[in-house]
Amino acid sequence: MYAALWRVLPGPTALKVLQLVLLAAVVMAALFGWVFPWAERSLPFLNVTVDQG
Amino acid sequence: MARSPLRTAVGVLGEVLVTLGVVVLLFVGYLLVWTNVSAGQAQAAVLDQIERDWARGPVSGSNRAGAGSAAAGRPARGEGFARMYVPRLRDSVWGTPVVEGVTLPDLARGIGHYPQTALPGRVGNFAVAAHRATHGEPFRDIDRLRVGDLVVVETVQDWYTYRLTEDAIVNPTDVAVIAAVPGKPGAEPTRRLITLTTCDPRWGSTHRWIWWGMLAGTAPKPGPPPAALR
Repeated sequence: MYAALWRVLPGPTALKVLQLVLLAAVVMAALFGWVFPWAERSLPFLNVTVDQG
Repeated sequence: MARSPLRTAVGVLGEVLVTLGVVVLLFVGYLLVWTNVSAGQAQAAVLDQIERDWARGPVSGSNRAGAGSAAAGRPARGEGFARMYVPRLRDSVWGTPVVEGVTLPDLARGIGHYPQTALPGRVGNFAVAAHRATHGEPFRDIDRLRVGDLVVVETVQDWYTYRLTEDAIVNPTDVAVIAAVPGKPGAEPTRRLITLTTCDPRWGSTHRWIWWGMLAGTAPKPGPPPAALR
């Protein structure tokens, strides 16, 4: 999977590394910005109020 | 490079599993570190907003959280309007902003005030909720509180010192705990109470840990803060 990704990226090695870093940054931003806040809502310890349920 | 399809499949599966493992570790880091760091930044922003509001004085704009005037306006949803100090929990609740509302975005920015309950120092029940795990976790050490501990609430014009009287672990649907007269919804309040709510167990949600307290003293500002803060 990652070997295939490495082959698909264009340019010399330095450029490939740069693209991978950028790609990783985009994935991290998506995880911390959307995926994790969404996922944590199904975890129990955010419920701290009394309500009608 | 003639790898068998099976070898390729196993290799891809391995990479997927390693990736998922890294994502899970990142999620743990998000919960234990990231949410607390961003809650700290959000609280600092709320404290800035409170400071600006307080600099305008208690009468300009909406007169919020005043003990004397019954006609005082209520803070807007999401607005910070008070700061809380708990000497026993000095590491986690010390000048912590209290914001109006108990939605998740509110609780990520400080201690949340149940909007339908009394304002600090008023007759009735000043009820708040806060996280016990992640997102700033102001009430993470709620298990260390004891009867007689003090909770100081600072508003634009007063310091209110409450003394804790009783705690209980209740079901999440037990809304009577934040009634103006706790346990007696609809009853006419005569005392000035505070109620703290958070989850119990710390990393669970099967119950809620409740602490009640009663107003023990009021000190006007600008004057020295109550002895509990010194």
